[in-house]
Amino acid sequence: MTFNEIEIEILNIIEKDSRLSVDTIAKMVNKSTEEVSTIIKKLEDLNVIVEYNTMVNWRKVAGHEGVTAMIDVKVAPKRGVGFDAIAERIYRYPEVKSVYLMSGAYDLSVVIEGKSMSEVGNFVSDKLSTLDSVLSTTTHFVLKKYKHDGTIFDHGEEDKRIVVSP
Amino acid sequence: MTINKTQFLSKTVTELKPSGIRRFFDLAANMEGVISLGVGEPDFVTSWAVREACILSLEQGHTSYTANAGLIELRSEIASYLNRSFSVKYSPTSEILVTVGASQALDLALRAIIDPGDEIIIVEPTFVSYAPIVSLAGGVPVPIHTEKEDEFKLRPDQIEKVITNRTKAILICSPNNPTGSVLSKEELVEISKIIKKHDLLVISDEIYAELVYDQTYTSFPSIEDMFDQTILISGFSKGFAMTGWRLGFVCAPEEILQAMLKIHQYTMMCAPTMAQHAAIEALKGGMHDVEEMRKSYRQRRNFFVNSLTEIGLTCYTPGGAFYAFPSIEKTGMTSEQFAENLLLEEKVAVVPGNVFGESGEGFVRCSYASSIEQLQEAVKRMGRFMKKF
Repeated sequence: MTFNEIEIEILNIIEKDSRLSVDTIAKMVNKSTEEVSTIIKKLEDLNVIVEYNTMVNWRKVAGHEGVTAMIDVKVAPKRGVGFDAIAERIYRYPEVKSVYLMSGAYDLSVVIEGKSMSEVGNFVSDKLSTLDSVLSTTTHFVLKKYKHDGTIFDHGEEDKRIVVSP
Repeated sequence: MTINKTQFLSKTVTELKPSGIRRFFDLAANMEGVISLGVGEPDFVTSWAVREACILSLEQGHTSYTANAGLIELRSEIASYLNRSFSVKYSPTSEILVTVGASQALDLALRAIIDPGDEIIIVEPTFVSYAPIVSLAGGVPVPIHTEKEDEFKLRPDQIEKVITNRTKAILICSPNNPTGSVLSKEELVEISKIIKKHDLLVISDEIYAELVYDQTYTSFPSIEDMFDQTILISGFSKGFAMTGWRLGFVCAPEEILQAMLKIHQYTMMCAPTMAQHAAIEALKGGMHDVEEMRKSYRQRRNFFVNSLTEIGLTCYTPGGAFYAFPSIEKTGMTSEQFAENLLLEEKVAVVPGNVFGESGEGFVRCSYASSIEQLQEAVKRMGRFMKKF
């Protein structure tokens, strides 16, 4: 699918901040509110804009810190469906946040979020490892998130400029 | 008996007016919760690769002087940057000088050309330093007042009217601080005809050249036959978000550049070494970041100017820099009163237009180098303020 310059610009703006009102975006790209609404609707209908998400730093919310693990999974691909069928069986679990097919030492990279280490551990040992095609798993727990999806957590870069300058 | 210390000061310095920006800064600095549209600098932090290059320079122990004219690697990078971006060719060995900010470059240019009493034409509204540094160099600043109706662009006929036999040069800043106005290639060509006719010099301050939004930028020395009569001033502060680094440069034909170099080596020695190393990285690998910042400023300009119009502050669309210069005429206030009342009542800091010269009266300078979130809040407060008129 090809899109024009304004559509790409709107995508870039929304990707950075999906909370901006249509009116604000319209002013930013010098178009009418109606035109921008139509473009956004089109992008949503085409599933180019897939979802509007919020990035939460759960570490700051007492009792909700959670645990993230990245699991390297080696699998035996199946004839006809390759890795897709096993990937689908894995990504359907709600605790699985993302699944990527990788080149290199292992096949699938699976990101899991759970309430505690034991919850993640149980998922890996009970559900993931017991799948037919799964040959092995290596679990890495995330100790601290510094940057996620291009966003720096707690970067502390407040405006250091003086109030009035030439 | 106490001695009168001011008797020691030079007449020129005593007669200099303190910057109006300074006065306004003092007023705004002591208030809490101020949204500042008064800043003349990017809100971006210098890109990480550039900061990292500076750190590396320190780690490697580059803490001594460089050549007076600056590191030859940097001058070469500047030469190739000017050539690829603006099609102007300067020799890195004899026509480029690295300075402590574009401010020093301007000071050197003026000191190199002015004999006492020489007149330098200045286009108002103007950057606050121009007239004072002309005076400090012993010259006489001669203002040309541009009009809102011309989008604050200089008309060639205005130049002719102020030329005398003492006129030495004209100082042009495009994109302009404070109006954001940009001269097109055609307009520069028209101006160049007058320059040629009267054998004047042009000091072209192109510090905002990277921040032009709706047209291709034309650098003055790229205009036909103008190379020999132009001093090009620029630097890294605005386009590369490096204000605090104090790094600029000046380019000119050899005879003029070498005169500036003489003053520079007696007064400044050289620009800071680590900043020069950082600037090499900025030119080599930083153009992508410049482009990203430019895109972002363009969106903010559109948002801000459209919003100002909505709340009744009429404003032409500035083609460059990061300033909007709306008219406050309908409020019936002077620009000082407007800026002061807006600050006290709504805690939004803007700069009164009169600090940029007489023709800035009736306007205020608002910088949109702030996040959209901040601009939204500023516009909300300004809208509330404007309801009374």
